[in-house]
Amino acid sequence: MMTAHPTGDGELFAALPVHDEAARHRLHARLVAAAEQAGILDVAYRTIDTPVGTLLLAATDQGLVRVAYASEDHDLVLRQLADRVSPRVLRAPARLDSPAKELDEYFAGRRSRFDLPLDFQLSRGFRRAVLSHLTEIGYGTTASYAAVAAAAGNPKAVRAAATACATNPLPVVVPCHRVVRSDGSIGGYAGGTDVKKTLLALEAAA
Amino acid sequence: MSRQPFEAIVAAYGPTVLRVCRAILGPTAADDAWSETFLAAMRAYPDLRPGGNVEAWLVTIAHRKAIDQLRASSRRAIPTDDLPERPSGDGVPGGWEADLWAALETLTLKQRQAVAYHYLAGLPYAEVAELLGGSPEAARRAAADGIAALRKTYLEGAAR
Repeated sequence: MMTAHPTGDGELFAALPVHDEAARHRLHARLVAAAEQAGILDVAYRTIDTPVGTLLLAATDQGLVRVAYASEDHDLVLRQLADRVSPRVLRAPARLDSPAKELDEYFAGRRSRFDLPLDFQLSRGFRRAVLSHLTEIGYGTTASYAAVAAAAGNPKAVRAAATACATNPLPVVVPCHRVVRSDGSIGGYAGGTDVKKTLLALEAAA
Repeated sequence: MSRQPFEAIVAAYGPTVLRVCRAILGPTAADDAWSETFLAAMRAYPDLRPGGNVEAWLVTIAHRKAIDQLRASSRRAIPTDDLPERPSGDGVPGGWEADLWAALETLTLKQRQAVAYHYLAGLPYAEVAELLGGSPEAARRAAADGIAALRKTYLEGAAR
């Protein structure tokens, strides 16, 4: 996206670096700090490496707003956050320190529940009601989509409950992986059924 | 139309804006001008018209922030002369801070601005003129004079 220079006078400025990594890091950190202080860092994000791949974590000043698997395409997820939450989005790991630490502990088998402020603004209505009840499904156990629909106040809305789980903006932390089909088969998952199996196996072993 | 996360704007245009700030202000004040530019841009970003020319928008903000820096430093320079010397931060001996900036510093401010906006940011002279005031022809002349002076003091000086 660098503009083509309109001239052959580039030699004059060859000494002025186009890519200056030290300056880039220094200025980016300074921008993050200034934006945070000014209250305009609407969405902070970072990535973490886990046994189920690289996860994108994003937080507003209200709390964790999005957890995304690499298969969801992190660039696309960031664009969606820019559209639906705010375009003032910066890579700013400090705000995600607690979620990153708790997820590390979870994947190490040392944490069975998350103690984090959550921002559910990406979910509305019945889907949000479903998600808020998912945390009641204990670590290492499962529930059926029908049971989740009933807990959210509409026992007939089994398909809608499944959609709520499939579109969960906070996977792992809001444990939609613990929701399975009534016949005992595993059901779908945003991160793929292999990831769902991995998470259930992790919880069964811990 | 979907809008880029601001992080992508920083990644795409941060380097060019830094070169512009450095060419106008030199190594020390450039960091401050860049920081003020991107903080102001981030503040206004939700209201930016989608599909607009982001680079020209950023250079316009940087132009104002660079002038703020120059005013602040001239205010500082008059009443007191015992401010501590600030480290240049990324001082590679013999890097651009030494030779190129020494040459740029001999230009008039308007020449440095015209050169930076046209040759580093790629703005056409009509847009350079909007920033500097005056006609596109005057902007073209300021840039040409600046380049000629740089060739003489910097390139030929280095060749000696």
